Amino acid sequence: MIFAGLLLSLALTFGWLSLFAVGGAAAAIPEIHRIAVDLNHWMTNTQFSDAYAISQLSPGPNVLIVSLVGYKVAGLVGALVATVAMCGPTAVVAYSVSRILQSAGSSPWPAIIQKALVPVSIGLMAASGLVVAATADRTVTGAGVTIVAALVAFATRLNPLWLLVAGGCLGFAGLI
Amino acid sequence: MPPDSPLIAPPVPDSQTAPAPGLLELFVAFAKMSLAGFGGVLVFARRAIVDDYRWMTADEFNETFALCHFLPGPNTVNLSVVFGARIRGVAGSVAAFTGLLAPPFVIVTALAMIYSRYGDLPVLRRILDGVSCAAVGLLLAVALRMMLPLLKRRDPLALVALVAVFVAVGVLRWPLPQVLLVAVPASIAAVWLGRSRTSP
Repeated sequence: MIFAGLLLSLALTFGWLSLFAVGGAAAAIPEIHRIAVDLNHWMTNTQFSDAYAISQLSPGPNVLIVSLVGYKVAGLVGALVATVAMCGPTAVVAYSVSRILQSAGSSPWPAIIQKALVPVSIGLMAASGLVVAATADRTVTGAGVTIVAALVAFATRLNPLWLLVAGGCLGFAGLI
Repeated sequence: MPPDSPLIAPPVPDSQTAPAPGLLELFVAFAKMSLAGFGGVLVFARRAIVDDYRWMTADEFNETFALCHFLPGPNTVNLSVVFGARIRGVAGSVAAFTGLLAPPFVIVTALAMIYSRYGDLPVLRRILDGVSCAAVGLLLAVALRMMLPLLKRRDPLALVALVAVFVAVGVLRWPLPQVLLVAVPASIAAVWLGRSRTSP
């Protein structure tokens, strides 16, 4: 039962990882990359950066990149298992904590923990940026597109989809 | 929506907010904001919940999101669960959770099928390379945006924590759990000590 083993491995990996996904799915990208590419060789660097691009191209929460990793490993069932494993346990945690906090009154700790996690999650986001940049930006023009996209997205409120489409057009034209 | 919806009052009765939605309405609303959300759903969730449906005031939304951001796991998924629970308990959580995830999951797996079949075609390769480069830019912009308030406050300990986590995870590629097991307690201690130093 190699297939069942793969599914179990997906479930355990992403279920465990989700509990450490401080700052959301985007902050967990270095760890997802480490697990999927370096550790288990589920996919190549290029396939990982493709998965990231596809997850950004499709609507919905950023966490869906794990569906793509799961699909690569074990098809449709793999996608489902990876997604449920990444979202299910933390959903239960979120439900329980919100119930507890509703009845807990005013403890200073939530605010302290929250403040402490801000720099950690931003550090993780920056690390995510570095990791996907290292996989995606293979040429100088590619890096240039990344920088321009970053500046435009930072300075304007343009729908991110247009930047992705523009990147795709440049790629289609063979400029990257 | 369903005639039974006003029977259970929302936990915080507020004259500015609309009556609590039914389960189907929750599912459809989260499906809609999810399908509108390219590059993250948060902006669309805020617009829908606060501005369009008026299910929460802006303050209630910020408070709920702050909780979801500090809990582990995907933020908007957490938000759907917490919001659904506040409105209609476990059933509300399930409705919002599946509404948020099921429709985009169908789309993303459809794309995965197309990719596994045609991903090696040179044309698709070139397009995806271009999209990837732009997608990295989006991620950098988000990180930069989040960093700005921290840089403005010039909180040295927070910046040290930020850089340390960045180097450990991004440059040294250390495993996330181990890094967090050190970084999170250290950062909490720093905030706690800083607080007791300024408050007395």
